[in-house]
Amino acid sequence: MSPLEIIILLPILAALAVWLGAPARLTSLTASLAGLVLTLVLAVQYQSHPGGGMAFTSAHTVLAHPHIQFAVGADGLSLTMALLTTLITSAALWSIVDKERIYYIASLLISAGALGAFLTTDIFFIYSFHELALIPTLLMIALHGHGEDRRAVAWKITIYLGVGSLVLLAGLLGVIWYCSPASGLTFDLLALKPFDPQGKFAAYVPANFFILLIGFGTLVSLFPFHAWAAPAYASAPTPVAMLHAGVLKKFGLYGLIRIALPLFPDVILTPWIQQALLLMLLGNILVVGFITIHQRRLDEMLANSSVMHMGYIFLGLAAGNALGQNGAVLLMFAHGISIALLFLLCGKLRSNLGTLEFSKLGGLATNAPFLSLIFGFATFASIGLPGLANFAGEILVFLGAFQSFGEQGFGMIHVATILSLWGVVMSAVYMLRAYRKIFFGEATTGRFITDPTTAQRIPMFLLAAVLLAVGCQPSLLLNLIQSAIGAK
Amino acid sequence: MSTISLEVFLGALALVLLLVETFATVPRKLIAYAAIGGLLAALVALFFCAKGAVPPTLVEFYKVDSLALFYKGLALISTIAVLVIALEYTPVINQFVSAEPEKTKEAGLGEFYALPLIVCVGLMVMASAVDLITIFVSLELTTVSFYVLVAYMRRSASSLEAGVKYLILGALSTGLLVYGMAWLYGLTGQMTLAGITDKITHWQGSTAPLLFAVALILAGLGFKVAAVPFQIWVPDVYQGAPTPVTAFLSVGSKAAGFIVLSRVVEMLLAKDSAVAPQVVQVLLIIAGATILFGNLAAIAQTNFKRLLGYSSISHAGYLLLALACTQTGALGFTPSEIVAFYLATYLPMTLICFLLLAAGRAQGISEDVASFRGLARTSPVLGFTLTLALASLAGLPLTAGFFGKFFVFFSATLEGNYASLLIAIIGAAAGFYYYFKIILVIHSLPEDQPPVIQLSVLSKCLLGLFAAAIIVIGVYPDAVRNMLVK
Repeated sequence: MSPLEIIILLPILAALAVWLGAPARLTSLTASLAGLVLTLVLAVQYQSHPGGGMAFTSAHTVLAHPHIQFAVGADGLSLTMALLTTLITSAALWSIVDKERIYYIASLLISAGALGAFLTTDIFFIYSFHELALIPTLLMIALHGHGEDRRAVAWKITIYLGVGSLVLLAGLLGVIWYCSPASGLTFDLLALKPFDPQGKFAAYVPANFFILLIGFGTLVSLFPFHAWAAPAYASAPTPVAMLHAGVLKKFGLYGLIRIALPLFPDVILTPWIQQALLLMLLGNILVVGFITIHQRRLDEMLANSSVMHMGYIFLGLAAGNALGQNGAVLLMFAHGISIALLFLLCGKLRSNLGTLEFSKLGGLATNAPFLSLIFGFATFASIGLPGLANFAGEILVFLGAFQSFGEQGFGMIHVATILSLWGVVMSAVYMLRAYRKIFFGEATTGRFITDPTTAQRIPMFLLAAVLLAVGCQPSLLLNLIQSAIGAK
Repeated sequence: MSTISLEVFLGALALVLLLVETFATVPRKLIAYAAIGGLLAALVALFFCAKGAVPPTLVEFYKVDSLALFYKGLALISTIAVLVIALEYTPVINQFVSAEPEKTKEAGLGEFYALPLIVCVGLMVMASAVDLITIFVSLELTTVSFYVLVAYMRRSASSLEAGVKYLILGALSTGLLVYGMAWLYGLTGQMTLAGITDKITHWQGSTAPLLFAVALILAGLGFKVAAVPFQIWVPDVYQGAPTPVTAFLSVGSKAAGFIVLSRVVEMLLAKDSAVAPQVVQVLLIIAGATILFGNLAAIAQTNFKRLLGYSSISHAGYLLLALACTQTGALGFTPSEIVAFYLATYLPMTLICFLLLAAGRAQGISEDVASFRGLARTSPVLGFTLTLALASLAGLPLTAGFFGKFFVFFSATLEGNYASLLIAIIGAAAGFYYYFKIILVIHSLPEDQPPVIQLSVLSKCLLGLFAAAIIVIGVYPDAVRNMLVK
């Protein structure tokens, strides 16, 4: 049995145990921390793996024609994503205080879905595991979410993600058809060959790539398919918001990097596709950025900012070179950790204060110095201050996008890069303004908060430490990522 | 051993049970248990039946291929499940059959347990029928038994209404079917499907009369499988009929319609067939309309049974789409086998819903979706099972229902039929909404009186088996495929 199968099964078994009546907090924390430690050990082991490629593989055939197998395997990219998942799962589960069992079960199931999607190497199971989160998300937002219109919001995310994944399924079936070896249709990622530019399907490939982009893009809240994301994160219970914004949303990007880019090489540089993608990602950065500035509540602002930041990651992919992809993956990791930390703090504020409207908050730093410090830290990470993980990712994305400048002259991607840089300014504007409004200035009467207890601080420390470590020493992760994607 | 002996055995058992019900005063439950025992024995015996073992006198009318064996298995399993559901539903039957329900506790129950056996015989013969007469006789054996069963609760106005509607439209469709068969015979001079295939692949002259015959036959069969525009009867009949009968209609009757349709379409789409392009066109249009109508109309339903009726229509649409896409060689499945696989996944998930509906109705829970509010809180196990069944109906991956749709979507892709693929996607997306709506209801906080459903041991076993089947097929579809493709 591969250790990866254990990592995937742990949260599922823990969810089952909690459902059957095992002590919820103890069981789920043990399972998630064990998963975290195991993933870390594997990541360290993998560093010494000769020649990269998939390690820890194991496969069981479940369908002979077309060939589908439950196959696990991990390279640097999968392990990076698995680390992100286990880190955030542990923090999210730790942050649950005095809640019903369903909080633990849903979080564990979402986590299991993400881990399964990242650690399997069969397109069928990559796709299937992602869907595991659909029902827990619906139930958690509709039944335990915040806000008056949480039911409508829950339906919105379910329908958007449901339709998005059906479009994705259609696109993936095309991939299987075009890229299967002559021996027969297979879903095995390792057996699929990049499409043949001289083959009979070559004419269909760009359109199919675009369908994949839309399908995966909907799951990542790519503009204009982003309408589900912000209200869902704002309404979701804290652990679900952390897992969704931090981990699950990265699945679409992972799928593009894992499936679409290698099997349809350089198709992303087809002019009409690249231009369409650039327009959409500028929509994320500029339009959603502008919307974010105008938010009046902390949760809605964070939710919109998370949609906005996806634009940078897409920019890294649109660059079409390894540097941009490396940056994109690093930024996926960094953004995941930073947004999860922000939602964790936001949840703490909500449960203590009962409101998150900027106009009703102020001066909290007086009574909660630790909270204000760690919130400031997360704010700086999110803006992309050097020394924190997000900066490393963003700078690589921008360098990657500008890399081809000399050869091609001043193309649309360069214009887009320059415009995207303004997004950083927007981030600074709304994040710093929110920080100042909530923690400094005049204390509003009737709104008191105390610092979190030591136990509550642990997940915050954990996430902040990762941001700092990766920010100061990006090679910790970049070596892993480069072993999967290439370094040039 | 030939499968025909199983059918004779079950038919004889049904007649004996009817006689027992008339002349003896045994507890009626024993009749049901005897029927279930007989069916189980037949199911076991089915595993020892060889492919192709047919008595020489029957060779022209009766075929035992792996598809026939598979459908016979489905018929037996669904009949067993229907009898278990019927046992849960006994109080309601009694209430609406007996003039004085308090005094005569068991009035009229015997036939209700014996008739499904006759339907089962019809379904099993139909699975093997390769001759117009055999098809017609077995189809009528099934349909006539259903006329009785649908209207069984004679003191319930809605059951009677359902019976009348089913009878009139059923008779009309039978008329169309027979007329079509008569034309086909007149044109080809053949009664067996193999003989007709031979004629239409070497067709000379105008195809107009042939198309007329085909249209009539497709219309007649379209009624049986509830394809648009022959679906009008479904919602009312599903809602009005006793719940076990509705379950039987949606699984057994549909399977029967599709085995015949599979064989007829295989004949019509044979290589060099004179009418293949037109038949594909018609099937695609009907399939698209059925998928859209079934799914979109289901969105607004608040009655669980009625919703399952529309859901049944929508699934018929996917099945028809599978029949119309013939380029499935790369999937290792013929279109008929995809249909059989889909029906095998459809059986457990639908029957779980009907079992809970029937047991709930017998214990005073109405058939509205709203009355299941909070089920997952009062009984986490039932809540989980129903959630699983609904997720599977919606076609979520890692459940059985996904693989059914998966093969249909894939065959449409391989056919290059993107318009149908788009329609199928729209339908599936609508499905997410109305199935998930029920999931949300059963997980919500109960309002005043939370629903409590008690189940017999037999029902619990059945639920457990079906739930396990949904998960096993969902992650290991080869389990069913190996049974189907031998």
